[in-house]
Amino acid sequence: MESWKENRIVFWVTALPGVFWLAVFFLIPLGLIWAMSFGEKTSILDVEITGTLANYVRAFEAVYLKIIWKSIWISALSCALCLAIAYPIAFGICFSPPNWRPLLLLLIILPFWINLLIRTYALIAVFRTRGTLNFFLEWLWNLAFMDKLIGPYQPLELLYNNGAVIVGMVYVFMPFMVLPLYATIERLDRSYLEASLDLGASQWTTFWKVTVPLTMPGIVSGIILVFIPMLGMFLVPDLLGGTNAIMIGNVITDQFKAANDWPFGAALSFLLMYVTFLALALRAFIGSRSRGRVGV
Amino acid sequence: MQPIVSIQNVTKRYPGVIAVDNVSFDIMPNEFFALLGPSGCGKTTLLRMIAGLETGGEGGILIDGQNMAGVPANRRPVNMVFQSYAVFPHMTVRDNVAYGLKVTGTPSAEVGPRVEEALEMVQMGAMADRKPDQLSGGQRQRVALARALVKRPKVLLLDEPLSALDAKLREHMQLELARLQQAIGITFIIVTHDQDEALSMADRIAVMEKGQVRQIAGPEELYEKPKSRFVADFIGKINLIDAEVSGASKAGLACAAKGLGKVTVPFDGKASGKVSLAVRPEKLDLLARAPASKTNISLKGEIRDVAYYGDVSNVFVTCADGLELQVNVQNDRAVDGLLEKGRAVWLSWHPEDTLVLTQ
Amino acid sequence: MARRNTSRGPLDYGKSPWLIGFGILVFVLLYAPIVQLIAFSFNDSRRNIVWQGFTTKYYKVAWENVALVEAFTNSIAIAVMCTIFATIIGTATALWLWRFRFPFKAAAEGVMALPIVIPEICMGIAVLVMYSRVGGWMRTFESGPIHWWNELFSIWPLNLAAITAAHIAFAFPFVAVVVRARLAGFNRELEEASKDLGASEWQTFVNVVLPFMKPGIIAGALLAFTLSLDDFVITFFTAGPETNTFPVKVYSLVRRGVSPDINAASTVLIVITLVATVIAMRLQQQPDKSKG
Repeated sequence: MESWKENRIVFWVTALPGVFWLAVFFLIPLGLIWAMSFGEKTSILDVEITGTLANYVRAFEAVYLKIIWKSIWISALSCALCLAIAYPIAFGICFSPPNWRPLLLLLIILPFWINLLIRTYALIAVFRTRGTLNFFLEWLWNLAFMDKLIGPYQPLELLYNNGAVIVGMVYVFMPFMVLPLYATIERLDRSYLEASLDLGASQWTTFWKVTVPLTMPGIVSGIILVFIPMLGMFLVPDLLGGTNAIMIGNVITDQFKAANDWPFGAALSFLLMYVTFLALALRAFIGSRSRGRVGV
Repeated sequence: MQPIVSIQNVTKRYPGVIAVDNVSFDIMPNEFFALLGPSGCGKTTLLRMIAGLETGGEGGILIDGQNMAGVPANRRPVNMVFQSYAVFPHMTVRDNVAYGLKVTGTPSAEVGPRVEEALEMVQMGAMADRKPDQLSGGQRQRVALARALVKRPKVLLLDEPLSALDAKLREHMQLELARLQQAIGITFIIVTHDQDEALSMADRIAVMEKGQVRQIAGPEELYEKPKSRFVADFIGKINLIDAEVSGASKAGLACAAKGLGKVTVPFDGKASGKVSLAVRPEKLDLLARAPASKTNISLKGEIRDVAYYGDVSNVFVTCADGLELQVNVQNDRAVDGLLEKGRAVWLSWHPEDTLVLTQ
Repeated sequence: MARRNTSRGPLDYGKSPWLIGFGILVFVLLYAPIVQLIAFSFNDSRRNIVWQGFTTKYYKVAWENVALVEAFTNSIAIAVMCTIFATIIGTATALWLWRFRFPFKAAAEGVMALPIVIPEICMGIAVLVMYSRVGGWMRTFESGPIHWWNELFSIWPLNLAAITAAHIAFAFPFVAVVVRARLAGFNRELEEASKDLGASEWQTFVNVVLPFMKPGIIAGALLAFTLSLDDFVITFFTAGPETNTFPVKVYSLVRRGVSPDINAASTVLIVITLVATVIAMRLQQQPDKSKG
C-alpha cells in the first residue's frame, strides 16, 4: 500500500466519485433527518429545528416502547431461527464434495436475488385463508375422515399475526445468514476437529467446544447482517402482519406517509440507527476479542 | 573497467527501522553477484531499489554509469525475476514473455522472433500457448526468466528465485542459472538467504546483516577467510572458541582459549583483548588416542551426540571447560566403532586452519 | 448378512443422512413458494388454487396493464443506470481504499460501509427529506433562469434520476466491497513485474490490474443490478405518480389481494433476475483471452 502523496492524481480520481456521491446522496440527507429529529412541526409542510428533545421523549411513551420491544424480540427470535437453520446448511455445504459446493451455494443464494416483494407475495399465497397450506391441511383433514367425525375443515387464520411475520422474516433472510457462516466454516482448519476427535471428544462435544467457538466470528457477522435489516423491516410486517404485528419500521413509515409527523419519524429512525451502531460496536468488540484468543 | 552497477552510500529508512544502512559497492559487468543474508537484513530492499520499485531512499545508484535518481521502474535498463515469479495468470506463456516488448512499443515484427528465442533459451518453446495455471513451479520460473531476459536488460535481478522450488529442482536450477548467465553474458544480481545457493552460483557475494554489508568476497574467500563472527557463522558450520589475547610474536598470536589453554595461532593483523578462534568442523580430526604431532592443536573430549548424514557424520564433542566442538568425519573404515556416545576421543587440527576473529 | 459398506470417515458430515435430509427439506421449503408463484401464473383460474389448466392469458392481462408495464420499464431503466454508475464508482472506491494509505482511512472505510449496514428505511426517509427540501427549493425557480433544468428532468428516463441517484448511493458501496475483496487476493508483484517490464501506470492498470479485477467487477455489477431491482423502501418514499417502480406498483396491488396477473409480472421479473445471474456467471467463468 502506498501513501496518498505518492500519486495524488490517481488518489483523487479514485477517491472523489465515491466520496462525492456518498456525501450528496447519503451523508447530507442523513444529517438533515438527524437535525429534523430535534425539530418541531410548525405547519403541514414546514419543520423548524428548535433543538427540542420532545421527539425522543415521545418515543419512550408506553405505546411506542411496546412496539420497539416487540420489534426487538421478533427480530431476535427470527434471527435465532435463521441461525439454527443456516448453520447446519452452511456446515453441510462445506463438507459436501468440492465440485458440488458452488452449485449448492448458488441454490441457497438464488432466492435472495429474487425481489423481496415477490418473495413476500409468494408467501401470502401460501398462508392466506384460501392458500396452499390451508388447502393441504384440509386435504389431510378429509383424508383422516375428520370431516365425517368432527365436521368440515375450518381454515386456519395463518396470516396477520406475529407468527406469520416471524416465518416471513426467516424465509426472507435465511440465505443471507448462510454466507458469512459458510465463509468461516470453509476456512476452519479440519485438523482442529480431527485433533479434538483424536483426543477423545465425541462428535457432539467437538461441535460445541471446537467448531462453534472457532466459527464464532462468522456467527456474529451473520447475526448482525440479519438482525439489523430485520429490525427496520417494513414490508414483511406490513404485508404478513397486517395491523396486528406492527413493527418500528411501520411506525416510521407511517410518520412520513399518513401521520405526517416528520420530526418524530426522524427521531425514531435515528433510534434505529443508534441500535445499529451499538450492534456494530459489539461485533467489533467480539471480533477483536476472538482474534486475540485464537491468535490469528 | 566501469562498474555496471554502482551503489553509493545508499540508505533506506522505514518508520522505526533502517532497512539499508549506508551501503556502497560496485558490481562489474558479466558478474554473477549474490546478496546474501538472513531475512530482514535489507537485501531485498536493496535489490528493489536497484529495480526502482522502492523509492525514497538516500544515496546514489548508478547503472552503466547513469544515475538512476528519479528514473521510474519502467524506464530502468534492468529486469527482475520475482520471488512469486509474478507470471500474469490471465495471459499465455507467450503473451507473458511478449508483454514487456509490447508495452514499450517494440515493432511487432521483432516481437515474435525475440519471444521465440527467449522461450527456447529456457526450453519452454513447447509450452508457449499454455496458461500459467497449467505449469509447474519450475516451469513458471522459466517463464519469469524468459520474460525478463527478452528485454535484454543490462542487469537481471533475481529475488529469492529458487525458494519456492523443492530441493532436487532447486539444485538443478542453480546449475542452470549459472549456465544461462555464462551463455548470455549479462550481469545477474541474486538475492538469497540460502548460503549453498550463493556459494555454488555466484562469482562474488555480499553478506548483509542489519542493513549493512559485512563482507564482499568470492565464495572461497568468504568461506575460508570470513572477517567476522557473523559471516563465519552464517556461511557454513563453524566452531567458535572464546579467547583472550596474551601477546603477539613472529609465530602468531598467543592467547588463552576456553578449553584449549595457551595456544599460538598464525595471525597477521592486530588484535588485543577478547577475540574468537574459529575452526571449520571438517578441519578437525577425530582420533581414538592422543595425536603424535606436537605442532597440532589438540585436546581431549567425550562424544555427546552423533548426527548421521550418510556420507558424513557430524559429531559433537564435549571438552574441558564445557567447550563444545563439532567435527565432520567421513563415514569410512577409519571411524568404525569410534562414533559412540560417551566415548573418550581426541580432537586435533593444524594451527593454520584457525581463524582469529576480532569482530 | 450382507450389509452395504457405507464407510463414513469421522469428518464426512456431508454423507450424514440427517444433514442431507435437513438440507433437502430446507431447499424444498425455500423454493416451493416461488415455484408455486410461477406455476399459478399459468393457472387458468382467478381465485381457486386448484390447477384448472394451462394458460398464458394473465401475461396478456399484465401486459395490457399500462401502469404495471410503465412501472416495470421504470424499474429496468433505473436498474441499468444504477448498475453502470454504481459499478464505476464502486470500482474506483475499491481501488482507492485498496491502494492508498491516507489520514483518517479507517473513518473513510467506516462511512463507506454505512449504506450497507444501516436499515434501509433510514436511507429511504433520508432521501425523501432531502428531495423534498431540494424540490421545494427548485420550485422557487419554476419561472426563473433554471427553468430548463426542471424541464429536462421531467423527460423519461431523466425523471427517474432522483431515484437512480439514491439507488447508486446505496449500491456502490456493495460493489466496492466485492471488488476490494477480489483485490485483496491480488499479488502486488504482478503490478511491479509489469512496471519492471516497462509498462506505464496506465498500461499496468489496463493490462494487469483490470483483468484481475474483472470477476469482482462483474459480481459487483450483478449485485448492483439486483439491489436496484429489489429495492422497495427507497423508491416507496421517493417515487412520484409518474416514477413508480415495479415493486412499489406490485405493493399497491398486493394490498388488494392475490391475483394471477401479479404472478405473471413477477415471473417475468424472476426470469430477468435469473438471466442476469447466468450471464454474469458466464462472464466470470469465461477464461480471459487477451489475444484473439
